[in-house]
Amino acid sequence: MSAATVTADTPLAPARRLGVAAGLRHTLTLAWRSLVQIKHNPMELLDLSIQPVMFVLLFTYVFGTAISGSPGEYLTFALPGIIVQNALFATMTTGFGLNTDLTKGVFDRLRALPIARWSPLAGRILADTVKQAWSVSLLIGVGAVLGFRLGNGLLGLLGAFVLLLGFSLAAAWISVLVGVLVSEPDKVQIFGFMVIFPLTFTSNVFVPTDRMPGWLQHWVEVNPVTILADALRGMLVGGPVAGPAALSMLWAVALAAVFAPLAVRALRRRV
Amino acid sequence: MTYAIRAEGLVRRFGATTALAGVDLAVPTGTVFGLLGPNGAGKTTTVRVLATLLAADEGHASVGGYDVRRDAHRVRQLIGLTGQYASVDEALTGTENLLLIGRLLGQSRADARARARELLARFQLTDAADRAAKTYSGGMRRRLDLAASLVGRPQVLFLDEPTTGLDPRSRNELWDTVRDLVTDGVTVLLTTQYLEEADQLASEIAVVDHGRVIAQGTPEELKAKTGGQVLTVRPADPADLATVVAIAGEVAAATPEVAHTTVTVPVNDTGVLPAVVRRLDAAEVAVAELALRGSSLDEVFLSLTGHRAESDAPTGADLERTPA
Repeated sequence: MSAATVTADTPLAPARRLGVAAGLRHTLTLAWRSLVQIKHNPMELLDLSIQPVMFVLLFTYVFGTAISGSPGEYLTFALPGIIVQNALFATMTTGFGLNTDLTKGVFDRLRALPIARWSPLAGRILADTVKQAWSVSLLIGVGAVLGFRLGNGLLGLLGAFVLLLGFSLAAAWISVLVGVLVSEPDKVQIFGFMVIFPLTFTSNVFVPTDRMPGWLQHWVEVNPVTILADALRGMLVGGPVAGPAALSMLWAVALAAVFAPLAVRALRRRV
Repeated sequence: MTYAIRAEGLVRRFGATTALAGVDLAVPTGTVFGLLGPNGAGKTTTVRVLATLLAADEGHASVGGYDVRRDAHRVRQLIGLTGQYASVDEALTGTENLLLIGRLLGQSRADARARARELLARFQLTDAADRAAKTYSGGMRRRLDLAASLVGRPQVLFLDEPTTGLDPRSRNELWDTVRDLVTDGVTVLLTTQYLEEADQLASEIAVVDHGRVIAQGTPEELKAKTGGQVLTVRPADPADLATVVAIAGEVAAATPEVAHTTVTVPVNDTGVLPAVVRRLDAAEVAVAELALRGSSLDEVFLSLTGHRAESDAPTGADLERTPA
């Protein structure tokens, strides 16, 4: 893109518009920027790694026997759901990072550059998808060490990956909206805690639906977290796949359809 | 004369408040233009409109001949922006910050790296190049900020209060950098609330207050506008202060200002000096300081706006930012 490198001594006529290829390149560069931050803040990698591993260990050995009879049985039941829970928590990084950029002025600097308008957001989401992939791999790895076995081989694993990342991408728009609306990054975390915690605990991620009070079961059955967890169980362990997977995708499309326009509108108003 | 920046009748409202009430500007290419005004005057809003970050409700503006709305992408290829809000990524090192911008501007990896090294050396940041920017001092961060805005060799540079919060040494260094840039042919739009800064750097100044340009001209023209001269008298004995105020006021036919024990009053006629001396002598007032000098921009500002530059305008500082 030679047109963007305008110099004082060689005044070229600047380009009027920007191609999609250039936008994708900007997105990759900005994704690099989000990932290289981890190098200087190793705590972020610990954040991405410790919480999910802790959940697996604690739930498997503390509640495992009580809920499923043995830690091994429980791990098989709970790991796919813990992966879902972790993915939803991880979507909050998008809003957190975006809000940091907005409040610190980095976003304005980027917007004053001749880059694709959508690339700052796309770059961030791409980087967060990479982080998601890392967490999922870690959870599967830790699960494997503890005795979790894939019921549908690599194909099932791949399917689970794609479905989960797709769903996270859609759910990330909620995070973007929150990140644009709140005044400081920490409030994104608070939102995540207040919404995602109850949302994921009132699903069948940790406890089978039929062990909960009747009134709660009605909610648990329609909770999208339950549906996505069921889809992942089907793919990773065995059982019905098509139904919950299709419903999960429908949820993802619905979330994106509602929250993406709201988030983009809010962002336009804020900046 | 060609103009790097032109603005006509810029109006921008935030809810019920009017941040810009019709700003007109014409900045000749290759000069430093000072936008001077108190907090909340509309300086930052003006820069945001010119830098394509904010749409004006009315009026239009062009940078390098391109309309900031219709041809925003072209304008962005010509400008560099630094200041209060456009900032570097604190989680990245100095080098990485400059690499990021270079790569986004389409430079090759090698070119971006070379340019980063060159700029870091120019701003004395080579030793800190591989440290995260959050560990930098205020002055270092500001220099990195300026370096980041120069990666693409902009033709027009917006410096929004570039020295606010800097110590005098860092401030002087930054001033030197700005002068160098202008030698290279860059046009600089500088906003500041420091009169001295505008006086030092700008060849032309627009005084902004309440979203309007209330005066414009060279620093000398602006100083001449207010009558040109200021009489300063400081009595040796503070007890004589009231007498001095009375005499100065009478001779100059204006209301004097008192700061500590120093009395100042704008005067139009240089003949007042002997008159003041005679009257003070007759009143037997011993004088520690007596001077007649050209008025500073401070007095210009006071006479134009009716308030000191340092004091907050009633519209408040929060007007400068987009409401969250």
